[in-house]
Amino acid sequence: MRIERITKEVSIDIQEEIDLSRLDPLISKYKGKKGNLIPLLQGTQNMFGYLPRVAFEKIATETGIELSDMYGVATFYAQFRLKPVGKIIIKVCHGTACHVQNANTISDALEESLKIKDGETTEDGLFTLESVACLGCCSLAPVMMVGENTFGKLTGTEAVRIIKNVRMEEIKNSN
Amino acid sequence: MGEGTKGRGQETINDKKTMEKTRVIVGLGSCGVAAGAGKVYEKIRAMKETENLDFELKKTSCVGMCYREPLVEIVDETGTYLYGEINEERAVEIIDKHVNQHSPVRDYIIQSDLFETSDKSFTESQVKIVLRNCGYIDPENIDDYEARQGYRAIKKIAGQRISRYDVIQTILSSGIRGRGGGGFPTGLKWKFANDNKSSEKYIICNADEGDPGAFMDRSVLEGDPHSVIEGMIIAAYAIEGTGGVIYCRAEYPLAIKRLNIALDQARTKGYLGKNILGIDGFSFDIYIKEGAGAFVCGEETALIASVEGERGMPRKRPPFPAASGLWRKPTNINNVETFANIPWIILNGAGEYAKYGTEKSKGTKVFALAGKIKRSGLVEVPMGITIRDIIFKLGGGIQKDRKFKAVQMGGPSGGCIPEYMADTIVDYDSVNATGAIMGSGGMVVMDEDTCMVDVAKFFLNFTQEESCGKCTFCRMGTKRMLEILERISDGKGQEGDIERLEDLAYAIKDNSLCGLGQTAPNPVLTTIRYFRHEYEAHIRDKKCPAKVCKALLTYEVIADKCTGCTVCARNCPVNAIDGERKQIHFIRQADCIKCGMCYTKCKFEAIKLS
Repeated sequence: MRIERITKEVSIDIQEEIDLSRLDPLISKYKGKKGNLIPLLQGTQNMFGYLPRVAFEKIATETGIELSDMYGVATFYAQFRLKPVGKIIIKVCHGTACHVQNANTISDALEESLKIKDGETTEDGLFTLESVACLGCCSLAPVMMVGENTFGKLTGTEAVRIIKNVRMEEIKNSN
Repeated sequence: MGEGTKGRGQETINDKKTMEKTRVIVGLGSCGVAAGAGKVYEKIRAMKETENLDFELKKTSCVGMCYREPLVEIVDETGTYLYGEINEERAVEIIDKHVNQHSPVRDYIIQSDLFETSDKSFTESQVKIVLRNCGYIDPENIDDYEARQGYRAIKKIAGQRISRYDVIQTILSSGIRGRGGGGFPTGLKWKFANDNKSSEKYIICNADEGDPGAFMDRSVLEGDPHSVIEGMIIAAYAIEGTGGVIYCRAEYPLAIKRLNIALDQARTKGYLGKNILGIDGFSFDIYIKEGAGAFVCGEETALIASVEGERGMPRKRPPFPAASGLWRKPTNINNVETFANIPWIILNGAGEYAKYGTEKSKGTKVFALAGKIKRSGLVEVPMGITIRDIIFKLGGGIQKDRKFKAVQMGGPSGGCIPEYMADTIVDYDSVNATGAIMGSGGMVVMDEDTCMVDVAKFFLNFTQEESCGKCTFCRMGTKRMLEILERISDGKGQEGDIERLEDLAYAIKDNSLCGLGQTAPNPVLTTIRYFRHEYEAHIRDKKCPAKVCKALLTYEVIADKCTGCTVCARNCPVNAIDGERKQIHFIRQADCIKCGMCYTKCKFEAIKLS
């Protein structure tokens, strides 16, 4: 139900320039502080959208934290992504209340419309679809978040319509 | 009796007398915003500006009536009026009619102190202690909190020089038990932490609310963050705590934002920092640690590991956190809801708190009602009320008036309580006796269209994924149980499967280090206990009585309703549907893979499930 966290090391074909110097302020803030690993990883992911391998290596070199410990933590927590994700993340809630209100139909409809499976990113790199355990808006079940916005009382058709609108907005804004 | 314990609509007279301007208050908790309250607020703000209207526009948080979001309250010299289901259009209407023309719009009012409404039964049984301020104050304004007795508890302690032992004794006498689900007497926990001497001691607030279907803590953090902070300060005073951490799940960004604002405000006013309120030697501050998406981190030792920057794997106890916790120092961990109770108990006394509840479960509990219930939201009720009352009196009964089947309590650690046991009273021991647990307060209501085998599979799927992997029985056992449940719902159940599930369940319970493993089998055990016939139908008859498990359903075209539109045939992934345009279609059962696509696509309800 989650984005695949453990992936084979494939050659990165989208070779965007990852500016590692952006990590400097983050590293100096947390360097030497107890329990700093998770905030460091969270900060890195906020910056790049995921945890690039090269970022791990830089942090390991500059803070002395073992690479294996870093990977151990990064693969334990669901929040961390080791692959780049789409520009907008769609989170479909599969908590108990949403499940009982047929959250599966929402995921199915979105998978069909976007032509991707749970955990994957659309070809144009715009959307990543993931299932999450609970967003805490149970009275509006079924619920999904698109980026920072929450939508409730969905049907499959409604969810697809929302995504289509978001895509149109994105296209409009980028032109 | 402390102010704010009564339900809405019973404001004290003082509130009206001291009020000058009409106030318009928009509820902006997470579910309010999800329902469109943000846009409603903007609409009202724009209207106020362009028309230069004279009223105070305020923000508040969730008041618990989530089924009526977005909510707008108007308070004027005549009284208080709570409007529900207000979209932008209706917002314009009520501002125009009520504020400008002094004519309240009765149709949209769901609660008022002047007259009764149909929503009365939702609020009248409630006693708001934890939720005393939610929906009444702007959570980003410390003055609002202070105006409603905020920080008076810690000031009382400082001013009257109440000793730490007396504080602990008060909490002990109140009878309050941990609201996170464990139900351990809070006073006793504080006493143990106090007994262990150390120059460094920690107070941790567990705000990792990971139970799917539970949102009580989120509402308290978003709606009244200072109540939690004050609770932590009092705890720190009681046990000589030197540092505080609020471990909040990252999935609650609004809660984190409001907590940060509240902490800054508390520091500015001197409630956090050095020599707080002049109490010599009492220095305490709190920082926020964001969770990273691991349900197991709700377990206290796993939480501590996570704060220490490690994988969230539970540790052996003893030693308990009270002796050796964060950084191996004495630590006291309590849940958000537990902390929110503390200032009220100190101000009003242990006796007042103990007036509510049952003999062994004192006080109130906040429940998150969700699922197939008409009125879904948050309710705070005294312990001792029956489940039936909560669901039917407060919750309004089942959606579409369908038949009530079961209620799931306690999240993935809990169980499903069937309809015929709905007169069970809500208190720790009575609920435990059913096989479920009270848990953190999530109550998911299920009707006749819910398949209990599917529910068990759902929960096991969740706990299996969230298992940290440390204990063999939990790691492997849950996987094996899940496999059996998947086989059953796929129509491949075998004789003896139920017994296999029970064997595995008890083995996992007995041999797991932490609460996750010890309680993961509960949903399966309770559904077998109360709904065995459903399991048997799946296994022996290969049928799903609730018509949920797709593999056990037969899809057939209803001849009378079929219009021959060909939509189903075109969408069938295996071309198992025959039929020409305008002719009745036919599904070839031998080829049907039971994916349900035709059922979803048919616009004429012409596909029958059996």
